[in-house]
Amino acid sequence: MRKDIVTSLIAVVAFTLLLGLAYPLAVTGISQAVLNDQADGSKIVRDGKVVGSKLIAQDFRKPVLDADGKPKQDADGNPLLAPDPRYFQPRPSVTGYAANATAFSNLGPNNVATRDAIAANAKAYLDLEKPYDPTLTVARIPVDAATNSASGVDPQISEANARIQARRIAAVRHLPADRVRQLIEDHTDGRALGILGEPGVNVLELNLALDRATTTDGATR
Amino acid sequence: MSGWLQFALLLALVVAIVRPLGGYMARVFAGERVFLTPVLGPLERVMRTALRVRGDGLDQSWKQYARSVIFFSLASWLLLYLVLRTQGAHPWNPSDLASAPWDVSFNTTSSFVTNTNWQYYAGETTMSNFSQMAGLTVQNFVSAAVGICVVIAVIRGIARRGDGTGAGGGGGKQSPGGLGNFWVDLVRTVVYVLLPIATIGALLLVTQGVLQTLGGPITVGTVAGGEQTLSFGPVASQEAIKLLGTNGGGFFNVNSAMPFENPTGISNFFEMLLVLAIPAALTGTYGRMVGNRRQGWAIFGAMVAMFIALVVVITLAEGHGSVAQHAAGLHTGAFDGSTGGNMEGKEQRFGIAGSGLFDTVTTVTSTGAVNSGFESLTGIGSLVPMIGLGTSEVIFGGVGSGLYGMLLFVILAVFIGGLMVGRTPELHGKKIEAREVKLAMLGALYMPFAVLTTTALAVGTGHGRKSIFSSGPQSFSESFYAYLSQGNNNGSAFAGYTGYVQPNGNNDGAFGITFADLLGGLSMLFVRFFPILVVLAIAGSLARKRVAPPGPGTLRTDTPTFVVLLIGVIVLVGALTFFPAFLLGPVVQSLTTSLF
Repeated sequence: MRKDIVTSLIAVVAFTLLLGLAYPLAVTGISQAVLNDQADGSKIVRDGKVVGSKLIAQDFRKPVLDADGKPKQDADGNPLLAPDPRYFQPRPSVTGYAANATAFSNLGPNNVATRDAIAANAKAYLDLEKPYDPTLTVARIPVDAATNSASGVDPQISEANARIQARRIAAVRHLPADRVRQLIEDHTDGRALGILGEPGVNVLELNLALDRATTTDGATR
Repeated sequence: MSGWLQFALLLALVVAIVRPLGGYMARVFAGERVFLTPVLGPLERVMRTALRVRGDGLDQSWKQYARSVIFFSLASWLLLYLVLRTQGAHPWNPSDLASAPWDVSFNTTSSFVTNTNWQYYAGETTMSNFSQMAGLTVQNFVSAAVGICVVIAVIRGIARRGDGTGAGGGGGKQSPGGLGNFWVDLVRTVVYVLLPIATIGALLLVTQGVLQTLGGPITVGTVAGGEQTLSFGPVASQEAIKLLGTNGGGFFNVNSAMPFENPTGISNFFEMLLVLAIPAALTGTYGRMVGNRRQGWAIFGAMVAMFIALVVVITLAEGHGSVAQHAAGLHTGAFDGSTGGNMEGKEQRFGIAGSGLFDTVTTVTSTGAVNSGFESLTGIGSLVPMIGLGTSEVIFGGVGSGLYGMLLFVILAVFIGGLMVGRTPELHGKKIEAREVKLAMLGALYMPFAVLTTTALAVGTGHGRKSIFSSGPQSFSESFYAYLSQGNNNGSAFAGYTGYVQPNGNNDGAFGITFADLLGGLSMLFVRFFPILVVLAIAGSLARKRVAPPGPGTLRTDTPTFVVLLIGVIVLVGALTFFPAFLLGPVVQSLTTSLF
């Protein structure tokens, strides 16, 4: 009995040193030495500044201004945001694309709240895209565009979603449709080995490429 | 189509792993030299010296083995609780997080020591990097190791002949009724099995983009002119063992849905493989140790058959879409460039197939890591995780715990089969008698008892109401799932149900819901250690029995017929205990188009 107690105490301390310190620090050391970019969060740098991570979606909305040029607020006192039409929009997020406080939507399959949230997402999508695609209806919206992602920071949208948004981007940025389509293709991650996962378009990388394209092509920003 | 191919590839790799990894583990636990001995032998010796194990250790009786397990787990509990409660004084706490309250820490500690990894807390806003590493990661390893040690001891009990000889020794001198030495098994499990696979797994995950840094959060100016704060930490080292040890506690609140934990289709696939590797391979270890590989494959076959059925159901159900989506006017059919289906709470890179498969893998094993929001599953879809849990986590199950749980059902099936054909129930030539059957019955019933009692307490007394997020039948599903998951040491959640409220987004001013924290915590401790005592007691009793040579009257346990009988017993016990609860929650939701 006493021997068991002593051995147990020694064991937890010994395992803590081995598994709680030596192991994670060794993995950190190797990762930092060999795979520094990935281990540090796959950061994207533009003009010498980190603008985000290619794995993490960010907010491409901007504050809505009132007649005096001041940001409007919603009922809770938070700034009112509207999608920036110059950019591809990521999937809806219940956390406002927070990467330091992630949460699921926890919307149940048969709940009124779920229907309302999805309907609101669909309406926002339609309001944004319909001017550029008059045939667009709720029934034609790809599911990923109207549903909340799991992480709230899903970096990707579906290819169908990107194709619909491409019309708006081409119009707003005065880019040829083919050019936008090409950029989408360039930033689509396919399935590994042809079967693992689903294809998706990385929104942040695509938007950065768009910004580069409009500058070099001399189109207005 | 690619989704089904992905599933087929996963199955093929799991089948391919059973023999090499199963054989490797059998050699490790027999004390034989393995190919990693030259590299890891010195580490094993250091750990053994630290633990003051002489030679190959005393061959422990079941009571001695159980006592070592209990005291080690108790010491683990105390140290982890201490770590969590002193968080403010730790290094590597870049966000200066204080400790979570005592009741939440009680739940979390009980959760990680029991290999459950149920999380009422949100990783990135509750835990320092030090707590994640020196507290939680350690328990991810050793709680998994305890499960593996126990199943190895149980297999020795079955494999040894009554006089203390026979296959499956621990390398040391055997004594009658002995099951091996816990401390030797513990060190071997960690050093030869978990640590090497986790290290390589962690590095492979980093190649995909999983974080591994001690750096703190940074705030960046986004492309559209806003701000975003990115949380960093030593994620990969925890992620690898979280899956390999069927633990499931995420570094981030959204677990393996967070791109920093699971960034690509490849990492998602690899994570599923890590989860299934050891539980599947242990069937091979079992077959080899009892000297009948067919027996190992028979048990594996029963597991795979049920697993396949569940994956098919959830994939079709989620592909169909949810009632709420249809009510909002969405069309949920798949078409070129869109996955279709119920994408609420799912990530684009996994889609329907990669999410449904992960959901099943994580709940048939006692992992509980999730890559999608379980609360948003369709009615029928959510029935699949519930069945994975309701069948006592024996379809692969947790590392070690899945197989010893399965062996309880094997004993029951042998008993029932014996009754049906009028033969003496035997397992590998050892008579199954009243004591073993009584213990096996306790081992089959403790879990429904714990789950139904705790659910009833939470739902019936009204104390559970504070924890509920949803409405309608979903609020029952939420409550039921919380106690079903904790009562099976799983840890996946309908995450709306909560035991911790963080109004400021960190631990300042946050408070636990004591009722939910304590009820769940106590349930996790009970369902972990009660069956360990039961299976070790059975093993102790089997270890002393003589082996009778198989005769014409022997009911063979390695045939397809027995596999069908085994599946029947598992489904019957699970269905009879949980059918009413399933009806009240997920089945109601899948039978109606009403909204609540």
